[in-house]
Amino acid sequence: MNVLRFMLQNQTQVLELTGEHLWLVGLSTLFAIAIGVPLGIMIAHRPRMNKPVIATANVIQTIPSLALFGFLLPTPWLGERADRLAILALTLYALLPIIRNTYTGIRGIDPAIIESGRGMGLTPSQLLFQVELPLAMSVILSGIRIAVVISVGLATIAAAIGAGGLGEFIFRGLAMVDNRVILAGAIPAAILALSADVAVGWLERRLQPK
Amino acid sequence: MEQTSSSPAIEFLDVSYFVSQTPILAQFKLQVSRGETLVLLGRSGSGKTTTLKLVNRLVAPTAGQVWVNGKSNAEVDVIELRRKIGYVIQEVGLFPHFSVERNIALGPRIAGWPDARIRARVEELLALVGLDPQLRSRYPHQLSGGQRQRVGVARALAADPEILLMDEPFGALDPLTRDEVQREFLSLQKRLHKTVLFVTHDLREALRLASRIALLEAGRLVTVLEPQEFMRSSDPWAAAYVRAFESGWDLAKGNRP
Repeated sequence: MNVLRFMLQNQTQVLELTGEHLWLVGLSTLFAIAIGVPLGIMIAHRPRMNKPVIATANVIQTIPSLALFGFLLPTPWLGERADRLAILALTLYALLPIIRNTYTGIRGIDPAIIESGRGMGLTPSQLLFQVELPLAMSVILSGIRIAVVISVGLATIAAAIGAGGLGEFIFRGLAMVDNRVILAGAIPAAILALSADVAVGWLERRLQPK
Repeated sequence: MEQTSSSPAIEFLDVSYFVSQTPILAQFKLQVSRGETLVLLGRSGSGKTTTLKLVNRLVAPTAGQVWVNGKSNAEVDVIELRRKIGYVIQEVGLFPHFSVERNIALGPRIAGWPDARIRARVEELLALVGLDPQLRSRYPHQLSGGQRQRVGVARALAADPEILLMDEPFGALDPLTRDEVQREFLSLQKRLHKTVLFVTHDLREALRLASRIALLEAGRLVTVLEPQEFMRSSDPWAAAYVRAFESGWDLAKGNRP
């Protein structure tokens, strides 16, 4: 109850930080999709590129988030603003599930379908947009769903480098040893993660091939 | 691709195909005349499927040339080439997210036919392969194996290709359904006179459908014979086939089923 009262009293700030949080997660996810899906398509078509690309994304994933934020700090244009840094770091973390699921989704299509499509004279882009992407879509979306949920959690750490977001409450609460303040950040973050999970999950089921 | 009708529909000129030093097909020479059903007979790994894929260039030869309608198929645009050749495979390969109608309409649609003409064509093809017109809005997973295979044939015929490549199209069907679609194939072919290159390992199917049978063994063409000749052939490979066939069947020699 105390938490709720605190959140209501600081309504504007809760909303503002939630907005910042959404901005960090939303933009980084968009970037990760824009980079990850084409990369996933590329390695699905050129299996030799598979190992190096997935391995690189894997390595990025293993860097502790605080360390990654720290590494990126001295970067010229990015280091000027904390939110740019945070978005770059979040994008990098979101890449692995998106690349991997795009790859898996396309490679998982029955080869007979691809071959009959090629045999009928579909161009590579017709094959991609009419066959491969629609059939891989639900797997790709489940990768995006994982990426979003991870990002919502990770974005709280972005507050450590001053990028804003709901992590502000969490770090402040930790410093003040005040659970109310911590929860005022953690609860909205959890709600964001759950809603994103449900929303993308719904889309995923809708686009499930028959 | 309109050429003088004297040139063979398909011609293999000393074609070899290697996968990392291993010959899959060696110095393969064969002519397929217009309107005939040439069956490539052989066991698994004999190179039948590769031979088929050389025609629509899903496989490119290591050496030699494949001529289609009087032209090397390496010199024409591969997409154009494939659009003029119907292709049916055992797994059918229908698009699971497309309805029967959209599957059949695929070829005409990518060729840019107007909608009305496509609709009429789908109607015509459903009737041609003996499918209930009400199936047009179904999805492949809602069909039986025999129905799927008929849709596969309809799709291959949709853009009215002169050449049809069929890779064990009836191999996965139960014997009764297979018998049915084979009969339909014969009556269809009597009307359409397509040039058909048909792959099977089933001698019975070959005898029934072929105008000529090309026997393959370990990537080499052993012999090309008409069905009646095949049963009497002294060629050891052909004889081996006939023996295996007859040990399972008490049918009189030389009778085409």
